[in-house]
Amino acid sequence: MARTTTFRLTLSYSFIFAVSLGLLAFYFYWSTIGLVLRETDEILYSQTQALSKVYRKRGIDWLAKSLSVRAKVNQKMLYQFSTLDNRPLAGNLRMWPSVSPSEEGWVEFDYLLPGTEEYAPARGRVYPLPDGVQLLVARNVEEITQIKKVFNRSLQVGLALTLLFALVGGIFMSRRVLRRVSEFTASTGQIVDGRLGERLTSRETGDEFDVLARHVNEMLDRLETLVGAVRHVSDNIAHDLRTPLTRLRNRIETASLGATDSVKGELEASVADADELLRTFSSLLKIARIESGSYKPSFERIDFAPLIFDAADLYQGLAQEKGLVLMTDCDPVIFIYGDRNLLFQAISNLVDNAIKYSPDGGAVSLIGRRDGDYATVIVTDAGSGIPENEWENVLERFSRLDQSRSLPGSGLGLSVVNAVVKAHEAQLIFEDNSPGLKAVVKFSLVG
Amino acid sequence: MKLLVIEDDDETGEFIKNGLVQAGHKVDLTDNGQDGLYLATTGNFDLIVIDRMLPLVDGLTIVRTLRASDNRIPIVVLSALGEIDHRVAGLNAGADDYLVKPFAFSELEARVGALLRRVTPEGPETSLCVGDLEMNLITREVGRNGKSIDLQPREFRLLEYLMRHAGQVLTRTMLLEHVWDYHFDPQTNVIDVHVSRLRSKIDKGFEVQLLHTVRGAGYKLASL
Repeated sequence: MARTTTFRLTLSYSFIFAVSLGLLAFYFYWSTIGLVLRETDEILYSQTQALSKVYRKRGIDWLAKSLSVRAKVNQKMLYQFSTLDNRPLAGNLRMWPSVSPSEEGWVEFDYLLPGTEEYAPARGRVYPLPDGVQLLVARNVEEITQIKKVFNRSLQVGLALTLLFALVGGIFMSRRVLRRVSEFTASTGQIVDGRLGERLTSRETGDEFDVLARHVNEMLDRLETLVGAVRHVSDNIAHDLRTPLTRLRNRIETASLGATDSVKGELEASVADADELLRTFSSLLKIARIESGSYKPSFERIDFAPLIFDAADLYQGLAQEKGLVLMTDCDPVIFIYGDRNLLFQAISNLVDNAIKYSPDGGAVSLIGRRDGDYATVIVTDAGSGIPENEWENVLERFSRLDQSRSLPGSGLGLSVVNAVVKAHEAQLIFEDNSPGLKAVVKFSLVG
Repeated sequence: MKLLVIEDDDETGEFIKNGLVQAGHKVDLTDNGQDGLYLATTGNFDLIVIDRMLPLVDGLTIVRTLRASDNRIPIVVLSALGEIDHRVAGLNAGADDYLVKPFAFSELEARVGALLRRVTPEGPETSLCVGDLEMNLITREVGRNGKSIDLQPREFRLLEYLMRHAGQVLTRTMLLEHVWDYHFDPQTNVIDVHVSRLRSKIDKGFEVQLLHTVRGAGYKLASL
């Protein structure tokens, strides 16, 4: 989550919040506590100036007298003057502060409150006078110090809470936003996998995600219409060509009944050619029907083993005729959800290919296995196999490997298998059987 | 046999009619569902071939109407709608067979032949017999001219189906559907191997060949 955009946004916003809070706190400090402190400094400054004037004009005795008067008027004020080596000469502060003053003479120190054991904070100004004497005017700043402490604590707590809220809020928001984004990712993932009918969910809240979802959905609608139109055209061609071709085939067949032997052979061969063409068309239409999902209603729970054994039984003879050994085996009690005729079609196409591409005397196997949560059909041969870079291509309609062009076939066998596999939400995996090809179809088991 | 063909496309209708007439049947042809239903209920036919989509009264409605009035006449439905669920709907309506357009005439002829044969009273048969080939359905023994023939279970079913429809052409699709019970299009004529193996078991060494290949159509078991 730390890598997501929303989380990074959250962090930036938290930082901006914290800085604004800091600035606000600074202004507040400057205009309240700062004001009091500046006033205090003002008082201390003016009093040292006034007292130094008294000292210069009237001497040290007047100064002492003046200090005691002022101290009585305001209990918060502290006065003292001393020699340069800090020996007190007069004033209401019992001891000269041990803290040394700053360049400008400002000094902060704690002093013992008269008549108690308690110390109180004070801020004062040291002012050097002629004849080896220095003057200290200070003020009790206990109240302001207390306020400052409260202020600092509030500021710390405030900052901590702000950051905490910003983070928690950010995580919460990230989660919310991320949920929509991951919904979208899941939907688009399915679309990429070829399920063009999938759509992004819209929540009808009118937010940015809804707008995005609507636009993507519109785009997909158009795309689907286009893909549908292309497919429709090719299916219609197949469909529309089939009728005249059948008529042609039937006419030739009828003609061959009354033909002389020399013509008869040619006519019968033409019928066979027409049948081959019709078979190609019906494969094309079959793929189209499977892809359009029109077989879905006939899906049911199917026992795997009979399919495997029936296919083996059907092709055993063909294999033996080619001098091949067709080995078969199937784990018992494997159930999947599907259409038995389509599944049988797919299995027999794979076996048919395996037999077709095997060299004479080789071995072909058809095996059904229960593999964890999957039911797998494994068909292997010892033929020339399919190069790895062609594994995707051979699933395309009419694609044929160069070395197989001389063999009979329409180039639709594996396309049909692929369509069946997709309709069953299964996976078709090719592996190198060295030598030969290993085709594995993985179906999800049902209980 | 007297057949009724209900087909709205003139060319297809004539084509079917001619073919069936050549096969030795008497054929009535009508081009709409209303007349078709009237003829089907009043005329005394042995079998009806109905196009699924017809003007006035739909093909499946005719089938349902006939079945609702306990009419057991064999019906073959023709349709351009080839999806499995359409097929199932047709058979559920009460049709005996369903053929997707376009079709080879030999396929229709074979299916019509198979259905007409079924009309003849069957009774609980215990044995089948074609020429000197005999099949005992109880003991599952097969013999020809006193010589016992050893068959695999699938070969037995194949021969049984051929014998039950002796004298008729059976297409490869029909054999796949009835003997293997799968409706699919094999990439190669895988059935041929099975038939030739069966042929070598029942015909080898005998002068009269029983199992014939009908080019462009399928197979036929006959003693002629």
